[in-house]
Amino acid sequence: MKTSETEISIRGLHKSFGDNEVLRGIDLDVAAGEVVCVIGPSGSGKSTLLRCVNLLEEPTKGQVFVGGTEVTDLDVDIDAVRRRIGMVFQQFNLFPHVTAVENLTLPQRRVLRRGKEEAARVARENLVRVGLADKADAYPAQLSGGQQQRVAIARALAMGPEVMLFDEPTSALDPELVGDVLAVMRMLAAEGMTMMVVTHEMSFAREVADRVVFMDEGRIVEEGPADRVVGDPQHERTRHFLTRILDPAAAEPPGEGS
Amino acid sequence: MTSRLTRRQRRRVSQGVQYALFVAVVVLIAVLADWDTLRNQFAQQRLAEQLFPEIITTALRNTVVYTLSGFAFGLVLGLVIALMRLSSVAPYRWAASVYIEIFRGLPALLIFIFVGVAVPLAFPGTEIPGGTYGKVALGLGLVAAAYMAETIRAGIQAVPKGQMEAARSLGFSHGRAMVSVIIPQAFRIVIPPLTNELVLLFKDSSLVLFLGVTLQERELTKFGRDLASQTANSTPILVAGLCYLLVTVPLSFVVRRLEARAARAK
Repeated sequence: MKTSETEISIRGLHKSFGDNEVLRGIDLDVAAGEVVCVIGPSGSGKSTLLRCVNLLEEPTKGQVFVGGTEVTDLDVDIDAVRRRIGMVFQQFNLFPHVTAVENLTLPQRRVLRRGKEEAARVARENLVRVGLADKADAYPAQLSGGQQQRVAIARALAMGPEVMLFDEPTSALDPELVGDVLAVMRMLAAEGMTMMVVTHEMSFAREVADRVVFMDEGRIVEEGPADRVVGDPQHERTRHFLTRILDPAAAEPPGEGS
Repeated sequence: MTSRLTRRQRRRVSQGVQYALFVAVVVLIAVLADWDTLRNQFAQQRLAEQLFPEIITTALRNTVVYTLSGFAFGLVLGLVIALMRLSSVAPYRWAASVYIEIFRGLPALLIFIFVGVAVPLAFPGTEIPGGTYGKVALGLGLVAAAYMAETIRAGIQAVPKGQMEAARSLGFSHGRAMVSVIIPQAFRIVIPPLTNELVLLFKDSSLVLFLGVTLQERELTKFGRDLASQTANSTPILVAGLCYLLVTVPLSFVVRRLEARAARAK
């Protein structure tokens, strides 16, 4: 898998918070244009893995490469690397003190040093892409969760990233708003964006992901084509997790032993 | 055994007693006070009229100028100290903590005397730029900075962690994220407490009394006291007091409005 086409390469990644070892040796490659969904129970380390890719969390051990640059190199210009990696958060994290369009222009102007007009043009283009051109002048608080998340995606896209990381982008949304956000992500995937998506949306994973990675207790348990991992899981833990997620009502009451 | 009151009766008795007490105190004051002397001492219209317009054009104006210059100096210094408190470099944190503890622990009057008397004595020939205005800005600002630093630090820490993460993941450096994203939000949070600090400074500007100022540099308290002793009458003090309230009461009202708005926004 490690070819010149490899966009993200993770090697022997460990991460501990104090005594708590959250990642216990992760190796993973994501090819350019590939969409990889990372699934797993809460506490399995999937969000931490994603946050190590753009160094929001500093790995304890191991290496991460993005587009050939070693992110974990202490001498790398991390701000320059992060410009190439868009990130979308569960809680949107839009800047609440400026309008939607200013959320897109502020980073372009301050980080990329784009001129006023170019920044405004790029901002508008990306708001159109996520279907929110009419909300440009609204403040984040005036938008629904789904709209905020789409603005957050547009904000990341306006920086022209070569990779997009999604950290449970629909988990904080009301169910009826999830579809719009997933539609935008599906569009990005179809355009050939390299994407790493931590998600619980199995239908999205099945339909859009080139590959699904199942994590548990800080390790990759199973990975492969979405149809196989989600449709015909090989490991007991994967099966157990998928049963609980696809049919939550079927779960047994917690027994004495567990 | 005991006569039990109903809830309605109990409320009537309780309210009745409280109203009766209030009326009794008011009547007592009205009867006992020597109204003529009081009016002569505190509210001589002729004397009060003589205070104008100087009490506004010089005294109130100077109070406002002193307050604003102290506030501006304190705000800048307070922001610097707040950022030092949050620095990853330990000596900065220590220095900021020491500063805050010292200047919150000393009476403002002592600082004023220090700025006005001790510094010129200890460093002969040094002039604090701006004369009296500079000294007042320094005296008020040094103290205010300690309080404002803690307020601003709390404001910065109240900005959700995700804001810094979002900014960093877009490629902002830590410093640029602070300036463009975190501090603008922190200031929104701290506007009500900072306005409160402005009210406190407005009152503390009266400490100029101890600096020795020229006639043109007098602010409300000194002006009121000087004229009270010149005329051997307390009316100027009452008028000076009203001038303070003219500013502080509306400001307090604004603070309450801002706080209510901030509470709603949550």
